[in-house]
Amino acid sequence: MRNLDSHSHVRGESIYLDDIPLIHGTLYACVFDSPVAHAKLNTIDVRDAEESEGVVRVITAKNIIGENQIGGIVPDEPLLADGEIHFQGMPIAIIVAESETLARKAAKKIKIDIETLEPVTDPRIAAANGDLIVPPKQFILGNSPAAFKTCAHIFEGRTETNGQEHLYIETQGAYAIPAENGGLKIYSSTQGPTAVQRAVCRVTGLAMNEVEVDVQRLGGGFGGKEDQANAWACITAVASQLTGRPVKYALHRMEDMRMTGKRHPYSSDFRIGLDRDLKIVAYDVTFYQNAGASADLSPPVLERTLFHCTNSYFVPNVTATAYSCRTNLPPNTAFRGFGGPQGMFVIETAIAHAAEKLGVPASEIQRKNLIDDGQRFPYGQKAESEAITSWNQGNKKYDFSGLQKEAELFNTSSRYFKKGVAMMPVCFGISFTKTPMNQARSLVHVYSDGSVAVSTGAVEMGQGVNTKIAQVAAKVFGLPIEKVRLQTTNTLRIANTSPTAASAAADLNGKATQLACEAVLTRLKEVAAELVEAEAGAITLVDSVVFRDGEKTDLGWQRLVMESHLRRVNLSEHAHYATPGINFDWSTAKGHPFAYHVYGTAVVGVTVDCLRGRYEIDYVKCCHDFGSSMNTAVDNGQIEGGIVQGIGWMTIEEVVYDPDGKLRSSALSTYKVPDIYSVPKTIEILPLETDRENLAVFNSKAVGEPPLMYGIAAYFAIRNAVRAFSPENPLAFKAPFTPETVLMSLYQS
Amino acid sequence: MIEFILNDQDISTDLPSGTTVLDYVRYHKDLKGTKIGCREGDCGACTILVGELIREEVRYRTMTSCLMPLANAAGKHIVTIEGINPKDGSLTPVQQAMIDESGTQCGFCTVGFVMSLTGFCIDETAKTPAMGISSVDGNICRCTGYKSIERAAELVCRQLADSNSRSVPNYFAAIPQRLAKHYGLPRRETGPEAAVPLLGGGTDVYVQRPDQLGQAEPRPLFYDDELRGIRDLGDIIEIGASATVTDLLESTVMQSIFPDLCKHLKLVSSTPIRNMATLAGNFVNASPIGDMTVWFLALDSDIALESDDGSERTLPLRNLYRGYKDLDKQPKEIITKIRFPRLGSDFYFNFEKVCKRTYLDIATVNTAISLRVETTPAKDWKPPALMESKEMAALPKVDHLITNAHVSAGGVAPVPLYLKETSSFLIGRNVDAGTIEKANEIIQAEISPISDVRGSAEYKRLLLRQLFRAHFYELFGI
Repeated sequence: MRNLDSHSHVRGESIYLDDIPLIHGTLYACVFDSPVAHAKLNTIDVRDAEESEGVVRVITAKNIIGENQIGGIVPDEPLLADGEIHFQGMPIAIIVAESETLARKAAKKIKIDIETLEPVTDPRIAAANGDLIVPPKQFILGNSPAAFKTCAHIFEGRTETNGQEHLYIETQGAYAIPAENGGLKIYSSTQGPTAVQRAVCRVTGLAMNEVEVDVQRLGGGFGGKEDQANAWACITAVASQLTGRPVKYALHRMEDMRMTGKRHPYSSDFRIGLDRDLKIVAYDVTFYQNAGASADLSPPVLERTLFHCTNSYFVPNVTATAYSCRTNLPPNTAFRGFGGPQGMFVIETAIAHAAEKLGVPASEIQRKNLIDDGQRFPYGQKAESEAITSWNQGNKKYDFSGLQKEAELFNTSSRYFKKGVAMMPVCFGISFTKTPMNQARSLVHVYSDGSVAVSTGAVEMGQGVNTKIAQVAAKVFGLPIEKVRLQTTNTLRIANTSPTAASAAADLNGKATQLACEAVLTRLKEVAAELVEAEAGAITLVDSVVFRDGEKTDLGWQRLVMESHLRRVNLSEHAHYATPGINFDWSTAKGHPFAYHVYGTAVVGVTVDCLRGRYEIDYVKCCHDFGSSMNTAVDNGQIEGGIVQGIGWMTIEEVVYDPDGKLRSSALSTYKVPDIYSVPKTIEILPLETDRENLAVFNSKAVGEPPLMYGIAAYFAIRNAVRAFSPENPLAFKAPFTPETVLMSLYQS
Repeated sequence: MIEFILNDQDISTDLPSGTTVLDYVRYHKDLKGTKIGCREGDCGACTILVGELIREEVRYRTMTSCLMPLANAAGKHIVTIEGINPKDGSLTPVQQAMIDESGTQCGFCTVGFVMSLTGFCIDETAKTPAMGISSVDGNICRCTGYKSIERAAELVCRQLADSNSRSVPNYFAAIPQRLAKHYGLPRRETGPEAAVPLLGGGTDVYVQRPDQLGQAEPRPLFYDDELRGIRDLGDIIEIGASATVTDLLESTVMQSIFPDLCKHLKLVSSTPIRNMATLAGNFVNASPIGDMTVWFLALDSDIALESDDGSERTLPLRNLYRGYKDLDKQPKEIITKIRFPRLGSDFYFNFEKVCKRTYLDIATVNTAISLRVETTPAKDWKPPALMESKEMAALPKVDHLITNAHVSAGGVAPVPLYLKETSSFLIGRNVDAGTIEKANEIIQAEISPISDVRGSAEYKRLLLRQLFRAHFYELFGI
């Protein structure tokens, strides 16, 4: 089943924010943003800008009618700088003009009087200064101080992982249109329509029933439009409110890169203790998260780092501590994996470090410590584990040690080219870790012509969620998928939505859709039973036809629908789904936060050109736990895309800030995501064979985030290849492993 | 006034000729299929096809419309996705292949891929999957991880082998006649009144100064026939200054001189940018890491410059650069030709480039070398300890005496650097490890890299040392 949007995508007929036909009188906004990372903002002089050609209004903090505040979790983020500047790229003023060109021209005429202050960009310095976003968080399992005393081997070290630019190809943007009686309609390129609605209400002073947010689709999100779409929607909303005219703002790429946050960089310390059999006995880890200038989603990202700090392993004694550190960078935010990858990188480093010191393959330590059924994660939940099965089934198909031997053999006969291989088991929890967010609603209409319309809170951004939801409706009704249409995501139709995030949108919204369709179906079956003279229990719908006791009747879908309508039967349903059985108590840091986990094991092979410091990814082979995939085309696409994005984070994607907090990698010419030649030559995906039940929609487990973390193995594979060339050189555990790092590692001793 | 054909429609517009084709099609013609991703030619979301009448046929090339001014569209056939879509709502084979292999997820980059693959299919030469993949080397996708797009390219190739379908609508058949009939060749303005800024393919100036150029009436040099062509004049090869990197790549003259031409030029930007980027543009933008500048410096090239009074002078390319972005050239002076001495069978040439991303990236350090070498039987030949390949093992047991040498490097100085001391040192030396290491010491004294977003100064020094070694590894296996 192909993505339903494919047809309009390949013809260029899909509508994104910048493609929406404009209403007459539309104005264009742009932002004047801070050129420095930290400063006292004394005055803003907008007179020249106001007099500039085509300018309708220049807006600063003092003009905002509601509250100058967009912080969702912690109210620490002004929409427009007021008195203080916290990061380079922080919006200071909004220019509204008759054209985009004129708005940008005017923006250059704004003058500010500032006193620059010392910026902090290092999270450890922020922590030392006590500048934390929220109090530190901690997970404790067993008693690690005592357990370390029993360990045969103890190793410790430090890791660094850098940020990652989302680089959705469609930049951020919004279009606000005045509605009757002071209301607003907002088109937004957002993963969180309700988050946009709340933020807009706050800055405009409107009630939620006065603001409609509508999302057709996104040209990519990856977490970057979960919370960070809010600012641009608020800017157009404020501008529209103050001018009474429609206002649009689609960001230029460099504005987007400069003004929005990215994946959080982390600096971490670890200590790992093993017994003589290479079982991990104790693990202490401290995470310093670089949150940027305000909270944004940093606290829950920090929490997920803790949730995944032991990845797929069972460690009986764990002390994991995490600090969310305030710095003068743009507020860092959600990015596919949501802190999980950063947590996993550290334990994988600890294992690789121990293996190198002990002279054993890291894969041996990995394999011996995989979590088994019934063992507990540090947060108390018992594993229903596929960690060992995915490893074993992957090994059976790919022969992990054979791949390692192949690389070693190659290395003995090659002077400048060295191969490296590394394994990466992944265990990722599915559900928002904030339990109340695990709810969704779906509105299903069966129209009198037999066509079906579904509205949910899910936002389509390429991940195929609409296709999966349409499959749910088609399956429940026994219809071809062409009969089902997914409507825009709209806060008038679906209220109080959770953002499309946490890999959970298909589960939550798919289940709600299933409930809604089943409710309508029950009513339709009653009518059908009357029409074909049978018990309702004897009725099934298959291929648009009513079956009685498994026998085809001459009652078709369309006639059944019309007959039901004529009998005044309700052909619509608004259903609610809340994930059962989940809970988490932060006072004890224990609970059962996840509906289920997704497991998998990958092996990655690379070749490093040790003359030039370049590398190629030869293969990624994984055994992945889909549960039972309801759409292999969509799911395999998520795996391939996730792997490549994870490899990008670990290899060539390097966010570079100057020490004074200015972004140097501020364009596509200086920030490099994988192109078609930098991806693995082959990606093999073996679906894990399992017959376990799970809480996913139709048993088809969430797939958005987990595969990204397979990419972590690319880092360790490159490291292994570098070690094959220069075994004596000391190597830091610092990602990404750029060609620069590789060459310096090869030749600097 | 600028006239051209946009899809099936004849266009004449009075907009500033510096307006980008991207803004024109999206905001003036409401053709929203062409997307804006980066406005610097680095993502390919805005890829279009540009058809040029050459003799009686139209040759189509992909270009990024964000960097292309209307001035360069004059007399051309500009094709957007709307000009490809079958009118009945069905799909072309390329579009169908992208769907069949799930090559589209969020869809925002998809049109760019479809246009690139359509450009790949459009002529009737033989196609391979590798060529299909290289046709999308300028398109960035953030969703799919490209494997499905690779499969789509392979599927397109299989279908082409079966059906030879060109993936374009029928109206294309009449385009050559329409272009021939209505659109004359643009004439180059000359003389003191001719406008500035000068404009080649736009791939650098539209990244540097888009706002300024968008409102301007630049003087187009890109499709000026007097400034194009690659000619073999016997001892000298002469190249028109507006020749593109693609022109070099497709030139039989260049292919015969540079056996690794394809491999080396693949390292230079991407297909659509190579289709637009001119040699003169690369020279005058004076980027210290200009790939083609570094290439032609190592060929000991001369350039011909024409001033606005029509007088001409010749300058060694290496003397063009006086300091960072400071050229020995008047604003209205135009580079018209590049000339370099023909390389014989005793010549060796190599080009090396390393960047963060191997392809579609700007060099951290690049370097080129050309050597004339005399071979004599070796005095004391010994096999190297480790053999890379059978070919290497079979290397003749000879000494290589360097009789002429030119070495250049980018990313290590304020200008694209001709390594003068290193070049003269190499002359009269044998190719051996000792020569390479001594030359590398001289290089280190000649360069002055700085730390920037592309790498630290320390790294650039190390990298050039390694790439200089790589020249000899590639050419002589040592």
